Formats: sequence, C-alpha cells, structure tokens
Amino acid sequence: MDYLALFVTLKLAMVTTVVLMVLAAPVAYFLAYSKFPGKSFLEALIYLPMALPPTVIGFYLIIMMGPKGWIGRMWEMLTGGSLLFTFLGITIASIIYSIPFAVQPMKAAFSKIDRRLLENAYILGLSKRAAFIRVIIPNSLGGIAAAAVLVFLHSIGAFGVLLMVGGSIPGETKVASIAIYEAVEMMNYSAAAMIALSFIPISYAFLLLINKLNEESRT
Amino acid sequence: MIAASLKKRLKYFDVDLSFSCASKSMMVMIGPSGGGKTTIIRILAGLTTPDEGQVIFGDEVWFDSFRRINLPPQKRQLGYVFQDYSLFPHLNLLDNAAFSATNKKEVDELFELFKINHLKKRKPHMVSGGERQRCAICQALARHPRLLLLDEPFSALDVVTRRGLREELKSLKGRLSCPIIYVTHDINEALFLADEILPVVDGKIDSGWMQRTITREPGEGTQAKGAREPRLSLAY
Repeated sequence: MDYLALFVTLKLAMVTTVVLMVLAAPVAYFLAYSKFPGKSFLEALIYLPMALPPTVIGFYLIIMMGPKGWIGRMWEMLTGGSLLFTFLGITIASIIYSIPFAVQPMKAAFSKIDRRLLENAYILGLSKRAAFIRVIIPNSLGGIAAAAVLVFLHSIGAFGVLLMVGGSIPGETKVASIAIYEAVEMMNYSAAAMIALSFIPISYAFLLLINKLNEESRT
Repeated sequence: MIAASLKKRLKYFDVDLSFSCASKSMMVMIGPSGGGKTTIIRILAGLTTPDEGQVIFGDEVWFDSFRRINLPPQKRQLGYVFQDYSLFPHLNLLDNAAFSATNKKEVDELFELFKINHLKKRKPHMVSGGERQRCAICQALARHPRLLLLDEPFSALDVVTRRGLREELKSLKGRLSCPIIYVTHDINEALFLADEILPVVDGKIDSGWMQRTITREPGEGTQAKGAREPRLSLAY
C-alpha cells in the first residue's frame, strides 16, 4: 500500500486545517458583525471556490503560481524555485479550495451569539479583540470544531485541484486520491482498493464527530 | 454625579430630555414599556449614540455631539445589569462575576452578601433566574463601577423573588458611593427604591404620568401613546 501518499494526504489536511482556521476566523468575524455596502458580493466571492469546478480553481492557480503569474514570479524572486509541483503549492491550493468550508460554519456560529453578551463584555472593559478571544470563541466552539472537521475532510478528498497544481510527485504532491487514480489507470485494482478502504473509517469517524458537534450546539 | 441632555430620533417618537443624578443617590426612571427608557440607559452606557446632546460624568465628558466626543463603553467604567441573559454561558458564576473584577477577593464577599456562595461552580443555565441576576449584580459591582445602571433587572423574575431582591438592593444602596439609575415600569418598585423618580413617556419627561396611571379609571381612554402595558396592578 502507498503509505507515503496517505502520509502526504494527512499532512496536507492537517496543515490546511490549522492554517485555514487561523486565517478564516477573522474573516468569519468580519462577515458576521460588520455591515457595509457590497457585503453580499464579497461574501459570494469568498464562497466561490465551493461553487467552481476544482479544475477551474486549479487552472487559475496554475496561471497565478506559474512562472508568468504574479505569485509565481514573486516566489521565484524570493526563493529561486517554483511553487508548482511542490507541497507548499498544493497546500496553498488546498487552502483556497476549502475557504468556504471554514468561513461559513464559523460565521454562522459567531452570528448566533447574543449581541447582549458582547455589549456586556464591552461594558466590562473588553476591547473588541479581547471580546473575540474571551467571549466569542469560547461560545462558538461547536461551530469552530465543525468548520475544522469539514475543512479536514474536504482536504483529504481534494483531487482535481491538487493534480493540476501539484502533479504527482511521490512524497511531495502525490496524495492518496491521486494514488488511487493512478493505480486504477495502471489496472492495479488491489492497490487502489487498499487506499480507498483506508479512507472509509477516517471519513466516517469524522462525520460522526460532526453530527455530535451539531447535536451539542443545538442543546 | 451624572448629567445628561439628550436628543435622539426613534421610529415612533423622539427622545428629548435632560436629567441629572447625584452620587449616592438612586434615580428610578419609570414609564410605560417602549417609552425610550432602555435607549436612554444605552446612551449613558455608550452602546447607543444620541443625535445631539451631552453626557457629563463629574468633570469628565462622556459624550458631546458638538465637540464630537464619544467615550467608548470600555472607558466609562460602569456597571450595567441587563434584564437577563447577559452572563457568559461558558463560565461558571464565580468566573462570570470575576470577569473584570479589580480584586478577586471581593467577589467572594459579594457572593456572600448576595447568598450565592454555594453556586460558585455552577454555570448560568444551572441556576434560577433570581440567582443569575444576583450574579449579574455581583459582576457589575466587582468592577467598582463609577455609575450603576440597572435596566429592569428583576422584571423576568417571579413576584416573591423580585420582592426579596428589591429589598437586598435597597440595603445595598447605602453602601455604594456611585449614582444608580434604575429602570422599571413598576410603580411599586419605583416608590420603594427611589430617591428620585424620573417618569419618561415617549422619550420625554412627563411628571404627571404616575399620578394619571394610579388614578386612572378603567376604560378611560387617556393612555399615553407609548403605553402598550395594561393598567398597572397595585395588588401586590
């Protein structure tokens, strides 16, 4: 069995989840609590990766991260290397691909918090940032955990976007979903079956976790 | 001492009034529900911005529309007890009261005073409404407020609990040195607690309101515009 591909998948999902949760929390806060003209346009733009075919996202990422794209050029100037076909490249792709799954549940959890709790926190002397850390986050743990699980699951399932941006370099960009695809292409069904099977308990366990979190947040 | 002169346009009427409240004194703001009392309290707390006017605390300007001064609620150092649901659900009562306490030891004393010492480790949803409001008062007092605002703090409670808390508050009043502003629509409560009464109807001071409400005959059609309350019951 291609343990290396499974390892890359899990590593990618972990890094994506941690980085994306940190990046998405302020965005979700902003969307939940601010009002400004054109907000729905910005929100739709943030959720766009959910509605686009992964190959379309992959295509634009290639354009941007390639040697002629501005991100690719900047990266090359800084490091001398390419972003395409690297672990960092697929991590960026995976983060962009999963943004909606991090922002949406967190925004929903933040919006559910009673406005009066925040007002009370301000009266008790907390700045907005302190209130976010001491009041909003502890009272939306269910939503935050749900977002993390969704992002994790969505990243282990990514295929098209990663194949376009990262190709299939063993130990670097060859994730389990790509390994399955390649095994099937080479008619190696038993190898594909082994990796495919390993996904089922992982995904199932995480779904159970989501259900539990949802139940808890409802009570 | 706090002095305010406020104007704010609301949907059904305009708030337009001036008042002041001295230190060590409790002013009860009374009037029908929906008459602008909570808006006034929120303006004092810095949660709502008036269209025009001034809020002056001692020699400090909290709000001045002309000079464009608006001190945020964080800097006003006041205590505000809401009707309900203002305790943090993720913290137990002790942590709630100590949330921004200047001295954690005082919280214990306050819990002793309000007889909720045995509930320290309980979360807000595990105690009664009266116990929650006791804790909310402890939370407000533990911050050493310069002004205490109580917005119908007991109105969600049953009559017996309410009466008990009202008495506790009255005895506490003597020990506090800050001005206290108490909002209610209950005349009995106002008469029991107040050093000074400010009747507010549709955003304006209406000194005849109490008299009219008490003496009004049933069926008389002189109810104020903002009065969406049935006739006040004087039975208890």
